[in-house]
Amino acid sequence: MRWTVLSSDLLLFFPAALYFVWVYCRRNVGGDKEGRSAPWLLAMILLYPCLILIDHGHFQYNCISLGLTLGAIAAVLSRNELVASALFSLAINHKQMSLYFAPAFFSHLLGKCLGRQNPIFEVMKLGLVVIGTFALVWQPYLYSLEAVMEVLSRLSPFERGKYEDYVANFWCSTSIFIKWKRLFPIQSMKFLSLIATVSAFLPSFIRQVKAPSDRGFLYALLNSSFSFYLFSYQVHEKSILLPLLPASLLALEEPLLFGWLMYYALLSMYPLLCRDHLILQYISVLALFGFIFYSPDGRSGMRANSFSIRKRALMTLPLLCSFILHVIYLSLRPPKKYPFLFEAMIMLLCFSQFVILTLHTNTKQLMLPDCSTRTERGKKDL
Amino acid sequence: MEEAAWFWGVATCVKLLLVPTYHSTDFEVHRHWLALTSSLPLARWYSDASSPWTLDYPPLFAYFELLLSLPASLLDPTIVDLVAGQNYAASSALLFQRVSVAAADLVLLLGAHRLACRLPPFRRRLAFAFLLWSPALLIVDHIHFQYNGFLLGILLLSLSFLAEGRDLAGGIAFAVLICSKHLFLVGAPVYFVYLLRHYCRGGFGKALGRFLAVGSAVGAVFAAAFGPFLYHGQMLQVLHRLFPFGRGLCHAYWAPNFWVFYIVLDKILAFVLAKLGFVIQAPKASFTGGLVGDSSPFAVLPQVTPAITFLLVILAMSPCLIKAFLKPQSKHIIRWVAYAYTCGFMFGWHVHEKASLHFTIPLAIVAMESLDDARHYFLLSIVSCYSLFPLLFEPQEYPVKILLLAVHSILMWLGFCQFRISRTSHQRKMSDSRGSCEKNQIIGCAGTCYLLGLFGVELWGQLLHPYFFGDKLPFLPLMLVSIYCAMGMMYSWAWQLRQIVRFC
Repeated sequence: MRWTVLSSDLLLFFPAALYFVWVYCRRNVGGDKEGRSAPWLLAMILLYPCLILIDHGHFQYNCISLGLTLGAIAAVLSRNELVASALFSLAINHKQMSLYFAPAFFSHLLGKCLGRQNPIFEVMKLGLVVIGTFALVWQPYLYSLEAVMEVLSRLSPFERGKYEDYVANFWCSTSIFIKWKRLFPIQSMKFLSLIATVSAFLPSFIRQVKAPSDRGFLYALLNSSFSFYLFSYQVHEKSILLPLLPASLLALEEPLLFGWLMYYALLSMYPLLCRDHLILQYISVLALFGFIFYSPDGRSGMRANSFSIRKRALMTLPLLCSFILHVIYLSLRPPKKYPFLFEAMIMLLCFSQFVILTLHTNTKQLMLPDCSTRTERGKKDL
Repeated sequence: MEEAAWFWGVATCVKLLLVPTYHSTDFEVHRHWLALTSSLPLARWYSDASSPWTLDYPPLFAYFELLLSLPASLLDPTIVDLVAGQNYAASSALLFQRVSVAAADLVLLLGAHRLACRLPPFRRRLAFAFLLWSPALLIVDHIHFQYNGFLLGILLLSLSFLAEGRDLAGGIAFAVLICSKHLFLVGAPVYFVYLLRHYCRGGFGKALGRFLAVGSAVGAVFAAAFGPFLYHGQMLQVLHRLFPFGRGLCHAYWAPNFWVFYIVLDKILAFVLAKLGFVIQAPKASFTGGLVGDSSPFAVLPQVTPAITFLLVILAMSPCLIKAFLKPQSKHIIRWVAYAYTCGFMFGWHVHEKASLHFTIPLAIVAMESLDDARHYFLLSIVSCYSLFPLLFEPQEYPVKILLLAVHSILMWLGFCQFRISRTSHQRKMSDSRGSCEKNQIIGCAGTCYLLGLFGVELWGQLLHPYFFGDKLPFLPLMLVSIYCAMGMMYSWAWQLRQIVRFC
């Protein structure tokens, strides 16, 4: 069984990552930076610990949908939008969690189409590809409406409740103070989370439609997946893998952000990994990641000296808390009254970091230079 | 040092990930020695027989085990209990032993750093990658479990001292090494001749003074190691345990050395001569069993005794010794010592395939000197790593060992391609003048064919043999691996000999 995950990883995720790095460096998406290191970026995308631990430690098949999504992203960046739509539809059909990225794809592609000569035609082309791919995959179930509804209801078990386990989500974290379950029934909770999610990704959505750019696309992916993770209904801890993908793609531009996010994403999965007896693997993969992140070539390295004392203090304080929490979780037993106290503490810490990061990336995206639309009109499809 | 530490850190992460792999008998061996050294007094270390795993390493290694037993007893007292700890395989013991090997590799880090720090930056990083990330060492030390990294680190330290010209320190380090694992004695003739000619120079008085200095330093190391046993009158017992002569010419799995060809030739001759009508008596003894009286395990060819192998090893080493005697230069010492260990591997008695580590690791440094050496190292390290594969026979280790070898080969390939580009024009002229036929390639036609054949051997062993023979003739794939790797090893020995004779 493990071989199937390994081989699907090799066959899908690795080529997609290679394709992405090639496109990224070719198209100069990150702007003209001195000393960019393509192998380092590739290493960051391929080696990020969360995916390794979840897919090969805990055992899941996330690499397939993530690989397809990564292929779609690379295709968008290299202007093969039809291929991108097809790949992304396949990704959604493999795991509906990939819908987290849908707003970003939709907004970017829509923005691109609007900037062209015949917007309706372009949109129709993409729509046909998407519908076609869906039809191909769903073909066995398309014989009656009931079958389709049955599949859909299995895919989205709303009756399970707002959240499972303890995830660094808005609802979960604030449930310590506001007992959502008691205040609202399931129907209105669904509606509330929908509103919250949509309003969270709306700024980046509008921005991409108005001014689609490659860098903006990557940021939009990050923002939309984060908004879903923080505000959506029925989020699992492992969903943090989704925001991590675009963060790893942005690793060259925002190394600090990426490293920080990676560390806290791993921390949020720590209770799950402890239950699976993967602590040794957790430590070694995290350490390995740290070593490669700070590789002695120095081109990717972060100059810690350039940060002010206040910023450094702000960063080290949560870091210290996390170390303490690691040890506490392993050694102490929680009090009987609050059996999930430590999980809650870990989750609160991660949530606070995620909120800060989301705010940062949203502002970054909104502040991106608006230069791409004019060049797009200049370089029409010749 | 930072770079070396980075390489070591990455390797340690991989070693931690390798913790839950194959559990060999060596775990129990070393655990027993931990218990032995901590529970019993010195006088009974070499005479104790409470377990079949008797202490067969020299005293300095026993002191090392004693040192390790101190934190072990704090962690989990059952580990060091002589009686209750027998076959104790709890996760605490496992973790402790694995972590102790990874920690002992700090000595390897030190040795590698001292050897490689004077190289230019790119070659230095390559050297660290090959020394600290060697797949053969990872397989033997961190999956199969042994303490070779620590011992090889001492060897590298000693070689680094000699290469710098600090002969006395090198000699002392080598003495420490011999008193930790007597298998390294094979390199002693080279050390002796080199130190005699290189260190004990000058006028008669000065030379004698230096000779006495070296002698007394080495003697002091031996005294510190063996002294207590001499005091207790146990030297014979110690020697008996260190050199058990009940074993046969070959290990159960034949090491890929010269004797493989000798045995195969014997079998073929016996078969052919029997067909031709001669009467051939089937041998009573086996190659792996001990010497049984006068009977020889060979049907046709003359019998081989330990004395004969000893003579052959000395004979093979003689060109190197003569060179060292005539013109002792510190820049060639690593090459000479590696050659000495190669001879010991090729012609020795009851050689284990793990002994190929003794010369493969120092040759990684030599590989940085020229493209010819790099080419040779490329072939040698792949062959020696592959010859270690039969050590790990469980299916869960299969992808790990393949991956380790593949990553190492790719690193070598990329590294040597860059190496080739970055040679100075002077070095290119030098290598052209030596008339190497594969002028600018990492590997020539013959080498590529040989490596492809390696794939074929593996394919046979994994797929075709079970398909055609099922469970019958289980030794055939192993024999095939031995013979095929022995060809590569013979080439390596011959190539090293040629290098030493022509160019040193």
